[in-house]
Amino acid sequence: MAQSGRPLSPHLGIYRWQVQMVTSILHRATGIALVAGALLVLWGLTALAAGPDAWSCFTGFTGSVFGLILLLGWTWALMFHLCNGVRHLLQDAGMGYEIPQFVRSSWLAVVVSLLLTVAIWAYLMAGGVL
Amino acid sequence: MSDLRNPLQRARGLGSAKSGVGHWWMQRMTAVALVVLSIWFVLTLLSMLHADFATAHAMLAKPWNAVLMIAFTTSMFWHAQLGLQVVIEDYVHTRWLEVSLMVLVKLLAVLFALACALAVLRVALAG
Repeated sequence: MAQSGRPLSPHLGIYRWQVQMVTSILHRATGIALVAGALLVLWGLTALAAGPDAWSCFTGFTGSVFGLILLLGWTWALMFHLCNGVRHLLQDAGMGYEIPQFVRSSWLAVVVSLLLTVAIWAYLMAGGVL
Repeated sequence: MSDLRNPLQRARGLGSAKSGVGHWWMQRMTAVALVVLSIWFVLTLLSMLHADFATAHAMLAKPWNAVLMIAFTTSMFWHAQLGLQVVIEDYVHTRWLEVSLMVLVKLLAVLFALACALAVLRVALAG
């Protein structure tokens, strides 16, 4: 950044750790991860349109160890972005602006996203995917 | 400062911000759509465990699934592009690079959304 000589706002190192900070950072991080996930959706759909060979190439990737690890990551990324996104929409509507409510809803987004991820993968494992 | 009026006084009477909240608003609109559509997307995928090519193809070819899938991919790339724009604006401080990246991201988002829509249509109309 250009050295303007203007005073800087307090940077990350100065703040005490708080859960709202973590959810804010994770929202952006999971959003970026989900962009890569969007490309996987693009690959899957174009493969399905292209025919059985392209499709088996796609499912070969998603069924590989590397693919499954990525899918697990994307599952949590989507669940977190979804839960925290709903939290943001409610806040945009003016709800939950007291600091204790902020802290509680942040933890709720983290915990519920993890529970949903576990539920989805428990279902997948029960279905014999792994 | 030569103008002693406060900012609100200066803004009054100048009319609305018009498209000033466009980015914010579309991010929320697509977010609301994606809450519903991504839940549908995940549930649909979960209902397709062990589906082979023919089953997956027939599933997507159903009209409702095809429509919802195009709605999902379109709002997904729209939302992604709005989010990436903010990330680029925050972290890329070289102006030409910032603008180039944003143009690239937006054009690719349109291209990918169109590719998804065409793929779904090819599957849906294949029968």
